[in-house]
Amino acid sequence: MIKVEEVYFTYPNGIEALKDVSLEIRDGEFVAIMGQNGAGKTTLVKHINGLLKPTRGRVLVDDIDTTKVSVATLAKKVGYVFQNADHQLFSETVEEEVSFALRNFGYEENAVKERVEWALNLLDLIEYRNVSPFMLSGGERKRVALASVLAWNPRIVILDEPTIGQDSQQKERLRQFIIQLNRQEKTVIIVTHDIEFVAECQPRIVLMTQGRVVAEGEARKILTDCDLVNQASVVLPEIAQIFLKLRNFGFRTDIIDVYEAGRILLERLGDQT
Amino acid sequence: MIIEAKGLTYTYPIGAKPAFEDVTINVEKGEFVLLSGPSGCGKTTLVRCFNGLIPHFYGGKLEGEIRVVGLQVTEHPIHELAQHVGMVFQNPENQLFALSVEKDVAFGLENLGLPREDIRNRVDWALETTGISDLRDRAPYELSGGQQQRVAIASVLAMKPEVIVLDEPTSFLDPQGAKQIFEVIRNLNKDLGITIVLVEHRLDLTAKYADRVMVMDKGRVVLDGGPREVFSSEEARLIGVGIPKATRLYQFLKTEGTNLGKVPLSSEEAYQAIAEVLNT
Repeated sequence: MIKVEEVYFTYPNGIEALKDVSLEIRDGEFVAIMGQNGAGKTTLVKHINGLLKPTRGRVLVDDIDTTKVSVATLAKKVGYVFQNADHQLFSETVEEEVSFALRNFGYEENAVKERVEWALNLLDLIEYRNVSPFMLSGGERKRVALASVLAWNPRIVILDEPTIGQDSQQKERLRQFIIQLNRQEKTVIIVTHDIEFVAECQPRIVLMTQGRVVAEGEARKILTDCDLVNQASVVLPEIAQIFLKLRNFGFRTDIIDVYEAGRILLERLGDQT
Repeated sequence: MIIEAKGLTYTYPIGAKPAFEDVTINVEKGEFVLLSGPSGCGKTTLVRCFNGLIPHFYGGKLEGEIRVVGLQVTEHPIHELAQHVGMVFQNPENQLFALSVEKDVAFGLENLGLPREDIRNRVDWALETTGISDLRDRAPYELSGGQQQRVAIASVLAMKPEVIVLDEPTSFLDPQGAKQIFEVIRNLNKDLGITIVLVEHRLDLTAKYADRVMVMDKGRVVLDGGPREVFSSEEARLIGVGIPKATRLYQFLKTEGTNLGKVPLSSEEAYQAIAEVLNT
């Protein structure tokens, strides 16, 4: 359980990045934090893994105040994959990169091997195990960063812009994988601008603007609310835009999934064509 | 023909196998081309040939022929090709370095040795065309991601290139910022006749602007045609191209026996087609 309680955060340069943010995330939940560039999304998730500490208010991870533990201790529980993989990668080969944290956490060599193998297979990176991460494409580097965090099996996984540079098959794989993690009662938090990915996954949405949480709730409710979405510099998913225009024909407007849309339309159109 | 590649094959210096192979494409002046395909398919590598980054900067082995604006790429240096082909990358931060927006946009022009007056005029024009005249004295690092990407586009535009290549230019932008960037690009194409090559995975926002879609897979161009034709093809689905939601909805309905007629590329087109059926 993650509890963010009335958190304010001001960067040393005086920029107030979080203003009175409160949020609860239960175990096994899937949450997407969305909103405009500079809204404070990354600042917020860096509070959950303890990289940043609140200027005011507090953050509790499993009832532990993040100011009372080291980032290293928290890291075992909270895995964080940076937006820009290059800020995270430093090893000479993909395999070393993925092994690094495991060794640091004191896993035995056999366990390290096994987990690295597992993570590389999972993210379709096994053929690159002896390659330098910097020889890979942006999308592949992103997957290396993800593999190195998943390898140590954290209970809370934070992914900052996980779909950048990923093609549709990899996105689908990521979606399946997040579902799996949720089934194992693991919490997944993503920060993303990828509205169509979110429409496919339908996580709980936390919408931010200018350091504040302006709305949270089910994806189909939040992402079909035109005013809210505009305020946060987001756009409606394509399917929601279609149904917004179709409302004069008596359709519901809270639809974001393409298959649900298809079934609803079939009921009406099926007789007419 | 503004870009002509014939039997083009390229291998990076450390590469065991070619990054792309036997690519033959023709892009006409004024076209808006969307280049897509699974990650690692070679699309970014291919566009690096368009301004000579390959082979002049990256080295490696380039075989076959490539001409851009009539110039044989292997025979002309990057700085010469850059006057004809502008490049905009994923992360604007990597492209901006000056202390003010104005200086960033003027940089390339100063290197060309243009007279002061010309530089001023071109900078003014580029800032206005991309809608950022009011940001000219600001430092790029204090701007939002969307604003930064517009500065990057303005810097490229100021060189008055015939072709602009953009490699996932909106990945780091919020959805509204992304939409505005795509509108700027569309205007450069429609109003100024600049040829656009846009490398993208996310096709929901961009399919409607494209005259043509090329899809690469495993180093080869496997599909090349109009967007409606390409996105509704079985091959595109199998390769795993991010087919626009509006097109997928059309396909779903079609498989279930309901045909909307023309293949829609955007929510607007899908709505029109559905409304038409409902109104009859």
